[in-house]
Amino acid sequence: MKQIYLDYSATTPVKPEVLDAMLPYFTEFYGNPSSLYDLSYPSKDAIAEARGQVAGLINCDPSELFFTSCGSESDNWVLFGVADAQRKKGGHIITTSIEHHAILHTGDFQRKHGLDVTYLPVDEEGFITPEVLEAAIRPDTVLISVMYVNNEVGTVQNIKKLAEIAHAHGITFHTDAVQALGNVNCDVKELGVDLMSMSAHKIYGPKGVGALYIKKGTRISNYLHGGAQESKHRAGTENVPGIVGFGKAAALANEHFAEHVQHSSSLRDYFVERVLTEIPHTYLNGSREHRHPGNANITFEYIEGESILLMLNHYGISVSTGSACSSASLTPSHVLSAMGIPAEIIHGTIRFTVGDMTTKEDLDYTVDRLKEIVAKLREISAVSEEKGW
Amino acid sequence: MKMYNDTVMEHFMNPHNVGEIENADGEGIYGSPVCGDMMKMTINVDENDVITDCKFKTFGCGSAIASSSIATDMIIGMTVEEALKLTNEEIIEQLGGLPAIKIHCSVLADTAIKMAIYDYAQKNGKTYKGLEGFDPNQTEDDHHA
Repeated sequence: MKQIYLDYSATTPVKPEVLDAMLPYFTEFYGNPSSLYDLSYPSKDAIAEARGQVAGLINCDPSELFFTSCGSESDNWVLFGVADAQRKKGGHIITTSIEHHAILHTGDFQRKHGLDVTYLPVDEEGFITPEVLEAAIRPDTVLISVMYVNNEVGTVQNIKKLAEIAHAHGITFHTDAVQALGNVNCDVKELGVDLMSMSAHKIYGPKGVGALYIKKGTRISNYLHGGAQESKHRAGTENVPGIVGFGKAAALANEHFAEHVQHSSSLRDYFVERVLTEIPHTYLNGSREHRHPGNANITFEYIEGESILLMLNHYGISVSTGSACSSASLTPSHVLSAMGIPAEIIHGTIRFTVGDMTTKEDLDYTVDRLKEIVAKLREISAVSEEKGW
Repeated sequence: MKMYNDTVMEHFMNPHNVGEIENADGEGIYGSPVCGDMMKMTINVDENDVITDCKFKTFGCGSAIASSSIATDMIIGMTVEEALKLTNEEIIEQLGGLPAIKIHCSVLADTAIKMAIYDYAQKNGKTYKGLEGFDPNQTEDDHHA
């Protein structure tokens, strides 16, 4: 059966060039980078090269780039590390209600252990306004953490402006850029951030490797304790093949940035246009203008998202949904809820994300199947335009 | 492992008895779109208290639609008292099982059936043993508890 992958925000396939770069580090250059004999040098050198490649993508000095096991680890490091290093100043952290669970649940945990965490509300397109942030700042605020690009609706925050506000108050600023990397400009100097979380598997690299940018001079304690790896800042034998893959993926993302964005956004716009005009009672959630180039978060009224997902899956099309019925917790998407969207509407939302391997034919096929599926599910549904909710 | 087994997927992809019976003898609605699942069931009952037809409309996830479909199959031909005894456990068994997380939230059929029979009984001045103690206004609370 035809397989059409439209969930690039969940993960991406590893590009063949990336895999090729990784493979020798499993069987040939397997030396521990911390060892002293000659066999360890290729792995040590490969990590240095990868660090330069990822640093190049975000325009930082390689010494400010630390590899981790994933984006979630980077986020945890920031919350625990800043809270610890700056605890004399205070115990207040500001973040947002639309963060990834790696921030939200870490914040909830810290609350249980005596810290005060504020989750900022967002507007109907998912934006944190400067006024809302400004109003939440207190003398004991030690960290402001705002995700750059939202994983569900693709909203791109004005990180530069928010970081300026933080710095005007002398507060450390972090952004979770896991969805942003490779998709929007992640130049840390232009953004003015102190800390930035990243992950390899969202940019056609392997799973199990992430990174944290720490601007020189930022007050943050270590999180993973042990050996002297990562300039004594992050213990644990390095995931050498993974790091090599991250480096290669970052180099490719840097080299092909403009064409990636152009390819994704033009296909995404074509898809959204077709769905919204050809299927009634549908609309796009989030911002049109400041949006992840591949993201289309669409509500299909009067039907439920898991049903849509299952039927698309039946035709080999992979997507995700904000519906409660598809989540382990049976609660609807916290992001769409925070944007003020009613629960019955959230249940009918599907997130489509296009990427480098997506073609116009894939999207035409998807729209054609979607039209049939939506009509069929509306036929089955107990609610409709005529009957209302 | 796939989320749903083949029986569930077959009932989901090709549900039986979809629709609404015109001028149905009984009608029941259970659940709410806010919770993510809502089912409407219509039934016809003959003079021998046998359910001769049953149709459903469901807003909901895969297991909500599949369980609605198989439940309508199961109760057509049953007497009203037999249908009142049908439990969600039996419906799930007939489907060959559902993921644990889906069991309590998405199977609306047993209550929807009771609602439809209650409506039929009210309209026709009938009483059934299986309806004793059933209060249609008290059912919303246990959904998505």
